[in-house]
Parts: sequence; C-alpha cells; structure tokens
Amino acid sequence: MTEKVLDVKNLKIDFHTYAGDVKAIRNVSFHLNKGETLAIVGESGSGKSVTTRTIIGLLAKNAEIVGGEIDFHGKNLLATKEKDWRKIRGNEISMIFQDPMTSLDPTMKIGQQIAEPLIKHKGVSKKEAWKKALEMMKAVGIPDAEKRINQYPHQFSGGMRQRIVIAIALICEPEVLLADEPTTALDVTVQAEILDLMKDLQKKIGTSIIFITHDLGVVAGMADRVAVMYAGEILEYGSVDDIFYNPQHPYTWGLINSMPTLESEELESIPGTPPNLLDPPKGDPFAPRNKYAMKIDAERKPPFFKVSETHYAATWLLHPNAPKVVPPAEIRRRQKRFAEMKEK
Amino acid sequence: MTEKKKILEVKNLKQYFKVGRSTVKAVDDVSFDIYEGETFGLVGESGSGKTTTGRSILHLYEPTDGEIIFEGKDVNKLKGKKEKLKFHRDAQMIFQDPYASLNPRMTVEDIIAEGLDIHQQIKNKADRKKRVIELLNLVGLSKEHASRFPHEFSGGQRQRIGIARALAINPKFIVADEPISALDVSIQAQVVNLMKELQEKKKLTYLFIAHDLSMVKFISDRIGVMRFGKLLEVGTADEVYNRPLHDYTKSLISAVPIPDPEVERKRQRIQYDDSKFDPRKPRSLHEIEPGHFVRCADDEVDYYLKAAKSYL
Repeated sequence: MTEKVLDVKNLKIDFHTYAGDVKAIRNVSFHLNKGETLAIVGESGSGKSVTTRTIIGLLAKNAEIVGGEIDFHGKNLLATKEKDWRKIRGNEISMIFQDPMTSLDPTMKIGQQIAEPLIKHKGVSKKEAWKKALEMMKAVGIPDAEKRINQYPHQFSGGMRQRIVIAIALICEPEVLLADEPTTALDVTVQAEILDLMKDLQKKIGTSIIFITHDLGVVAGMADRVAVMYAGEILEYGSVDDIFYNPQHPYTWGLINSMPTLESEELESIPGTPPNLLDPPKGDPFAPRNKYAMKIDAERKPPFFKVSETHYAATWLLHPNAPKVVPPAEIRRRQKRFAEMKEK
Repeated sequence: MTEKKKILEVKNLKQYFKVGRSTVKAVDDVSFDIYEGETFGLVGESGSGKTTTGRSILHLYEPTDGEIIFEGKDVNKLKGKKEKLKFHRDAQMIFQDPYASLNPRMTVEDIIAEGLDIHQQIKNKADRKKRVIELLNLVGLSKEHASRFPHEFSGGQRQRIGIARALAINPKFIVADEPISALDVSIQAQVVNLMKELQEKKKLTYLFIAHDLSMVKFISDRIGVMRFGKLLEVGTADEVYNRPLHDYTKSLISAVPIPDPEVERKRQRIQYDDSKFDPRKPRSLHEIEPGHFVRCADDEVDYYLKAAKSYL
C-alpha cells in the first residue's frame, strides 16, 4: 500500500479583485504518494501555481480559502498559523521557484543561503551547517565548491543559480518538494542537467515532488503521475502512461496535439482562450473550446469517471450513454500503443 | 531548391559590443543565405548570438564587419531616406515579448497603422481604419478590437497584434525573434499555424529565431545552429534533426524533452565536448553534403564526411 504524504481535498480559493471575485481554484482534490513525482500540467491561469502556493502557505493577501482541507500528517495545513508555518516551510515542505534570478538574496553569500535553513530549523551550529552546505553544493554539481561557497548570486549563471536554489530547498531533506516550473527559464541542455539532478536527489533523499509545468516533454520524463488542470479544476489524472497514451479528456487531447513531435506534419491548435474565472462556466469549463462538446457539457459539470484503477477523467464522453467520438489521429496512434503495451 | 532565388545573403557578419575594456563577440563570422518563400530557423542557447544576428540583419545595430545583402543590395550601404524606407518596408520584425513590444498608451489601431503612417500608404482616415480592420481579420481578431489598448488582450492576442503590425506594410521578409516563447502551449500552436498560413497567403520569407527545437523543426525548411556567436551547422530541417553532423547539434537535440514517456525513459543524452578538436585552428563552413554545412577546419572535413556516411 502506498503511503499518502499529502492529501488535498475539495480545495476552493477565491481572489478578491476590483473587478470581483476570481474563482481561481474550484474544488480541486488530489493526493501525493511517498517518493513519487506528481506533475500538474496546465496553462497560465489554470491554478497550478496557486495550488502549490497554498500547500506551502504563501498565498497573496487578496486570496481567500473558501473551502477544503490539506492533510499533511494528520494536520490540516489550511488551519496552520503563520507562526507554525515557519517550522514547516523549508523544513518539511520546500519550494523551488521558476526564476533563479530573483529567488536568491543578492546580498548574501550563497554558502550562508544554503546553510540558513539548517541553522534555523535543525539547530545545527554555524560551522556544522557550513560544512553541510559545502557537501550539498557538491551534491548539486557546483564545481569548485570550496571557492564558490563564498561568492554571491550574481557570480553564477542561471543554471548554477537554479542548482543553488535546489540545494537550499533540499538541505533539510524535506518530505515534500514543490517545484514551480523550475526549468522554464533555462536552456534545454541546462534543463536536462537540472532534471537529472532532481531525479538523482529524489532517489537519495526520498522526497515526494509536486512538479508544475506546461511542458509536456518535461512531464513525460519526470512524472510518475500527472494531473491536468484547466480553469481552476483538475480535468483528468492518472499515471504518466495513462495520460500520454490513453488520454480521455478532450482538453488533454488538445494539449498533446498542440505539441510538435519530431514527426508531426500538422499542429492542431486549441481554438479560443480559457474562460474568465470571474464568472466561471457552469458545466465542463473546456466546453466552449471543445469541438467534441455535447449539450450537457454546457449545463452540468461532469463527475470523475473511472477509466482504470489509476486513471480518472471528468468528461461526459465517458458516460455510458455518450456517443462514441473519434479522437484526433495522434491520440488514436497513442491509444493503439497503449493497447499494445497492455498486452505485453 | 536550386532554382530558388536568394532573398537574403549574410556574409561574414560580425557584431561586436564593447563592454568596458573588453569586447564581446556576439556574432562572429556568420554566413548564411535565405531563399525566397522559405522559413530559416536559427536555434541556439541564450547568449549564442541568434537574436543579435536577427537584429543586425534588420540594421538595428551597425554591424562591425560583413555584408548583409537583401535582394541584391547591401543593407549597410543604402543611400538616402528613400532606399532605407524601402528596406524597412520589405523587412519587418515580430518580437519575443508581446507585453513589452506594444506601446501601452496607443490603441491597437494606432499600433498597427504606425507603419502605414510612416510609409504614407494611406489616403485618409477611413482608408486607415479599413486597412487596420483587414489586418485584424487576417490575424484572427475582429474590428471591435481596433479601439482597445494592449492591456485588454491576452498574450496570444497581443502576439497577433504584433504580427498584424509587422504585416501592415506588406513586407517580403520577417524576422520573428522567439515569437512564441512567452505563450502557452495551446496558444503557441495557434500562432505558429497563423504564421504558416500567412506565409502561404502573402508569400512571406521568415527568419525564425527560437530555442525550442521541436517547434523550430516544425516550422522551418532549413535550420542554422549557433553557439557562442558562431554558426556551427546549416542544413534542411530534416538533415539537422535526423542526421546532425556537429557534436554540438547532437547534444542539443538529445536534450530536447519529448512528450512520450517511453522515449523519455530510453533517452540517452549526449554531452558536448569542445576539447575534441583543437580550438585554435581556423574554421569555416564546409559543405559536407549538398546543402548541409558544418563549421570545421580543413583537416576535419573527413571526420564529418564519415559521420554523414554513417547515416546512410
């Protein structure tokens, strides 16, 4: 039996703005198993970053948690006070941000920045923490660590800075690591190195990772399980193979279809733009952009239909009475492979 | 390809910048041709000089050395206002960041019509409005959008406005500098498809600059790979992708994540090792296969000939 590290239940978050209440997260539930990587994919504004920020208690002031629960070791994180958050953040749950250029303190030596969480959370002596920081720098692949531990962030390249950020996030060996587009700002070769590094360290420390990205290529390489978010809701979740080879929701089809593979001749784009969450749609939020949409999609929100033990999707197409639709060619090709993989 | 006309020839382009006492060789001895009606993709990592190359071609910088020949004329030696205006009518640019490249205090109509005004291509106000509406329709926006301001649009819509602006004065050649990097996946496909469609309709030639290799492969006919200001390999999209010769190109391609878990599990990354060859030797582009060039020294040609044969 896999152990759940984190369990998010029926999370609802509104943002109060001058224009009205933006319903950014609308009834999101998911869990994170021990030692796994869960990727949350979605476009900007889908609520993936807001979800992770809630898990680490870093929501903006105008955000209101309307409902839900986040269970972490029997404790509801949503009821945690700021004082207690400080014991959790950077210790039991830590986060890597997208932009390594702005997530380090430019006036602090990087050795200090890496050692700080150890001193604050684990009560380690300064000298000991410094030694650990040096080890950590070597572990994340910063060459010449003895010299560079005394340098400042501006003396490092983007890729090296992201390594430092990872070192800070992992020095307390947290149970949960939240990575919000950690490689989006980096070049492909550097991205590949950072992703390999994260996988290595995960094996060593046993951290569970929530990985946020819009790059399906990165998801395919990193994730054990995937949740697809759209307009503040999860539309489909399953194992990485379920999502890439047997996707069920038309939005997931659209996402996969709009990524060029090395063979693709044509790109099928998703028409239109995501809905305005000031006034979210009543039914399936993807319905207005969905060419497979049925009447019911506009009227009633589809429940999660079970595809397999690991795989669920919220689309009326899975209802027993729904007409059979033919998915796009690329999806059919993938589903055929899924069937072949099953047979083996 | 042989009968195709060259619209642009870049010959030994050098673009140096003075930084304090030292000089940064942002673009160093880069040569390539772009044929009429094709899309030439320029890829490379940040700092490779791909953006600088694009900007130098449009004469946004004064090149340190080298020639840029557009339709038979050297861009650096254009005389008089008339010739210069003509060049900038024929060659336009689409910028990377649709949030920074549109003036927030101008209406969409004024943004799109600015080129028309400068090049005096409109008769009166009604004509101006008509042209703007035509352009908006062309890029998939509607006439109601003309009186609005940039902040009212999403990233994808802004990029459409940027494209409409570039197209306003009927250019022949467009430098698109990472036009989709700032956009969401589903919107990227929309913009790329729009650019392809417009290329057919308007017989456009593109220089498409990007770091997303899979998208570049998809849109380009030919691709050039840059690193540290130098062009390392040029060939058709298929050659560069499926039969790369230069080790750096190989390493770059091996690092691209593919949206297919099985492929990802098997992926072997190739590390680029630039100490394999003597870095001090003079190098230039050598044609290894017809139309497929690699930057190398004279005595390294054999190595690449062998590499090319290994694919057969």
